[in-house]
Amino acid sequence: MLRRFDVHRAASVKEAVQLRRLFGEDAAVYAGGTEILLAMKLGIARWPHLIDVKPIVSLGEISATKDTLRIGATATHWAIERNALVTRVLPALARLEANVANVRVRAAGTLAGNLAFAEPHADPPALLIALGARVILEGGAGLRSVPVAELITGMYETTIAADELIVAIELPLPAKDTRVAYVKFQILERPSVGVAAVATVRDGRFVGAPTLVVGAVDETPRTVPTAQFAGEDARDAGTREALAEAARAAVEPIADLAGTLEYKRHLVGVFAQRAVASLMAQAS
Amino acid sequence: MGRREIQLRLNGGDRRVEVEDQMLLIELVRSLGLVGTKLSCDTQVCGACTVLLDGRPVSSCSTLAIEADGKPVGTIEGLADGAKLHPLQEAFIDRFAFQCGYCTPGMIIAAKALLDEKPSPDAAEVRHWMEGNICRCTGYQTIVDAVLDAADQMRTTR
Repeated sequence: MLRRFDVHRAASVKEAVQLRRLFGEDAAVYAGGTEILLAMKLGIARWPHLIDVKPIVSLGEISATKDTLRIGATATHWAIERNALVTRVLPALARLEANVANVRVRAAGTLAGNLAFAEPHADPPALLIALGARVILEGGAGLRSVPVAELITGMYETTIAADELIVAIELPLPAKDTRVAYVKFQILERPSVGVAAVATVRDGRFVGAPTLVVGAVDETPRTVPTAQFAGEDARDAGTREALAEAARAAVEPIADLAGTLEYKRHLVGVFAQRAVASLMAQAS
Repeated sequence: MGRREIQLRLNGGDRRVEVEDQMLLIELVRSLGLVGTKLSCDTQVCGACTVLLDGRPVSSCSTLAIEADGKPVGTIEGLADGAKLHPLQEAFIDRFAFQCGYCTPGMIIAAKALLDEKPSPDAAEVRHWMEGNICRCTGYQTIVDAVLDAADQMRTTR
């Protein structure tokens, strides 16, 4: 049972932006509803107006240029997981999407909605940040592009302005010899911890520093400082343990139903190791 | 907005109904007498309320009724062909894949969506697909067995 609200179907991004300006804080952008309908049911949020952006056909597109994958704001997890282009150019993202929540959430929920809601227990942000993804926002002042790492500023908090909406997510395609991994541990509907790793490995050694981002344990994803690992032997158990220690030190987990602070910190180390192992298991 | 008329194809039959924007799909189907669809967790976790919307499994507890406008909606009542049960329903009976039965309509609808997309899944694919449907009495092995049996049955009778 939901309290009364009005759904406004926007026919264009321009119309959606106008509705955002008109209703301000009284409206939420609505696509899959997987987060906002639940928030309203639980009584932790109330919006008298929902701006439905699904009618805007262009927002559902997934396309790629030579160096960028572009995912429209209304593309669902389901659509991304099955998209032939995504599967080919960024298989790690397709795999992540195939394991978000459950099949019903994937059928309705969108990647953009996941980012905009900024629920801390989420899979996509860690990998998107590790890949250097950016979000394209459109509002009254026009278009702007914000790195995902800067978009999410806290639990359920983003830099999206009151008159803006996400129109697309742009991911720079990793270089041919760059390996990408996302591993997670999950006992409930959302991940307890997720670790994304991106690195180029040659002859068993990191070329430059590997990128490691830990998601779901903190208020926001944490990028692990890894500069010291540039050129290190990724096969070496000592290197991997040192990376795991760097990951453990980079997080300040929040204790909740998924575990205590100490337990989550331990998991972060284990899954940082597994992320690196996953990188090493890939052929370059 | 506020209140509007929608047209949907419910279990194969065209329906015109007036709904309020905040009405949930489960409220709509149950108000139309289709009470096989069950409400349980109300948070998209358990899968008891699963229906097919445009062929995809969705949580009807967390989907607005207006989303069904112009689309086919499938509930558990639409599976049997008169007195002849759907192969999934037969398989759930044959495998004793339920006890209390509360989760079963959602299980069967979710499984139907899987077999519609992938007629020959392996056990791991069935488990992955069904992991969002929770059963609190049977355990899951018989459910996985039933879905695999139904897939076999549907392939051989095709």
